[in-house]
Amino acid sequence: MPTLTLVQAVNDALKTAMRRDKSVLVFGEDVGPKGGVFLATEGLTTEFGKERCFDTPLSEDGIVGAAIGMAINGLRPVAEIQFQDFIFPAFDQIVSEAAKLRYRSGGQYTAPMVIRTPYGGGIRGGLYHSQSGEAYFCHTPGLKVVVPSTPHDAKGLLLASIEDPDPVLFLEPKALYRSIKEEVPEGHYTVDLGTLRGVREGKDCVVFCYGAMVPVAVKAAEQAAELGHEVRVVDLRTLLPLDEEGVLEHAKQVGRVVVLHEAPRFCGFGAEISAMIAENAIEYMDAPVVRVTGFDTPFPNTLEHHYLPDARRVLDAIERVMAY
Amino acid sequence: MASTAAKAAAQIRERYLTWEGAPIADLPDRPKEWFIDLYSSMRYLRCVDERMLKLQRAGRIGFVGSMLGSEAVLVGAARAISSDDWLWSGLREGGAALLRGLPLSEYIAQMYCNSLDTAKGRQMCNHFQHKGSHYPSWSSVIGTQIPHGVGAAHAAKLRGLKEVHTIFFGDGATSSNGFHSGMNFAAVWKSPCVFVCVNNGWAISVPARAQTASGSYAQKALAYGMPGHQVDGNDPIAVHEALTALIERARSGAGPALLELVTYRMMGHSSSDDPTKYRDQKEVDLWTGRDPLPRFARFLDQKGWLDGAAAERLEAEHNRTIDAEIHVQEAAAPMPLRSLVEDVYAEVPLHLRKQYNDFHRIAERLGQAQPGDGAFPL
Ligand SMILES: Cc1ncc(C[n+]2csc(CCOP(=O)(O)OP(=O)(O)O)c2C)c(N)n1
Ligand SMILES: [Mg+2]
Repeated sequence: MPTLTLVQAVNDALKTAMRRDKSVLVFGEDVGPKGGVFLATEGLTTEFGKERCFDTPLSEDGIVGAAIGMAINGLRPVAEIQFQDFIFPAFDQIVSEAAKLRYRSGGQYTAPMVIRTPYGGGIRGGLYHSQSGEAYFCHTPGLKVVVPSTPHDAKGLLLASIEDPDPVLFLEPKALYRSIKEEVPEGHYTVDLGTLRGVREGKDCVVFCYGAMVPVAVKAAEQAAELGHEVRVVDLRTLLPLDEEGVLEHAKQVGRVVVLHEAPRFCGFGAEISAMIAENAIEYMDAPVVRVTGFDTPFPNTLEHHYLPDARRVLDAIERVMAY
Repeated sequence: MASTAAKAAAQIRERYLTWEGAPIADLPDRPKEWFIDLYSSMRYLRCVDERMLKLQRAGRIGFVGSMLGSEAVLVGAARAISSDDWLWSGLREGGAALLRGLPLSEYIAQMYCNSLDTAKGRQMCNHFQHKGSHYPSWSSVIGTQIPHGVGAAHAAKLRGLKEVHTIFFGDGATSSNGFHSGMNFAAVWKSPCVFVCVNNGWAISVPARAQTASGSYAQKALAYGMPGHQVDGNDPIAVHEALTALIERARSGAGPALLELVTYRMMGHSSSDDPTKYRDQKEVDLWTGRDPLPRFARFLDQKGWLDGAAAERLEAEHNRTIDAEIHVQEAAAPMPLRSLVEDVYAEVPLHLRKQYNDFHRIAERLGQAQPGDGAFPL
């Protein structure tokens, strides 16, 4: 099995999908000869030609709107938005159109398409190359929202997303693009959407997280082990549809929960997990759920390492939950 | 009004100099010092740019959106936009701002994103602002400044101010929603603004010809109901004269216009981009031969106004100025942690004070807090 980084696994998934299915095509800004600003689409134009991997004019609204039309008319578009921060010009097309098409047409018209986009901090990109906007999209019925954290999952989840009958927003943690490598199976396989992944065993407390925060949680769990706490780490992988049964099962088994994300806290994804546990598993809880998140501010630049939750902040939360 | 418009059109020439730097039209009636300043300023911006690229390669700053090759655009424009007028821009107009009043110290502080940066180190590198010379803060999101400039111009009109708003953007930005809304609104409102499309041939890896099927960017203006002009962006005289004419036209009440300045992005899109992957060296060589600096130096030399040795002296002088400022900025203190939650609103609200205090408690425990980082009163 080849050893791939996360961004190479994305590239591998795109090639695998395009080899299997001629209706799959990839487009966006700078995805052609340049191969994408993070090289996720490197080599696609060479292998599949300009008809199946091509650059568009600079309009996210155009990219997503056109993808919807292509999906309606028999293609399987995989559109790239160069940074998740630049998705907002396409917000209308995603929220009003792609997500509502099936419902408003009584199932007559659908938009099976994927929007891939790198999200999150850690590259000194300031306000507009760092954001985590998942909550906006998780508030949108009709859309699926997927966030991988490993090369293996990135490939399997992306292939599943491309084959999914509904529009999927595929958020790629750019901070992990090249920081981890692992063996990734060759050829086609999928990881089911809507299934979480246990990352680390532990019976005292569970940290729910996703994307670039998964390695942060693991590091905190290792530090907590030195203090005698056995901390479980769970990677949600798909935020919408969420593996609700899985979340509740982990919460009930352990009774102490930390939720971790780098996006702002207010109305963030952590609030949903916290509410779900309060509504369905409160009698199993030994401590209130604690959230570790980015600040309720725009994303900073110089101080980004303070904005982003790190292992020490997660460890502090673990200790608070354990001491309750 | 009609006569101003006619005068404006007459003043706009595609170019004043051949590629070799020989005059091909009557030069504007200016003293020789004016022409020498154009060159000196272009040289200054090139020195700034080269210094920034060096700092980036040395790991001292994170990112540079190079202005190499567009010095004639920046200098010609800066000298045309009066101090009451406004400059709305994107990535590559920092040099024009510098010449219009943005202090070099603030320019470099912004590149370092340090505590002397007026934006408090919050924006990524190469995102300048300067309130004193009407150069507003801009976001990385392409095209968003275009309707802002139009709205501000409309405000000026409603308030009876005589200022004109110049709105800069790239060839890529003409595909944005902001371009369409901005052009349309300004033409309908007859706003006192000038749109300046800096066509440097590329939007990252996408060539200008793949950005639009129009014959030129200038001709887009006609569809919106305003005049459009295409001018050689590597000729600072042509840039200056055209922009001056269109600004005065807008000031007279004749409404907006679009000016396309044709130039070339000599470097990669940014310090993180490798352009050899997508563009032909032959094209780069062609434009290297059209470099605005040697072209204008030849013009001055032929006139007997500035020889090679004098030009070198200018460069050395500029570099001394820039290096002295870099030394100051290298020593600047880091941003205080509290700045994390300030300026989100006019006052730091309770929930942010709480979030900060909780963060500060951990930072103190870990010995990461600095003096002055203290908790907020709740
Ligand atoms: C809305 C949006 N989409 C994508 C980007 C990423 N991006 C940054 S600069 C750029 C190209 C800009 O080209 P152009 O307008 O010609 O300006 P230039 O860089 O050539 O000065 C792109 C695609 C962005 N900043 N904003
Ligand atoms: Mg350009």
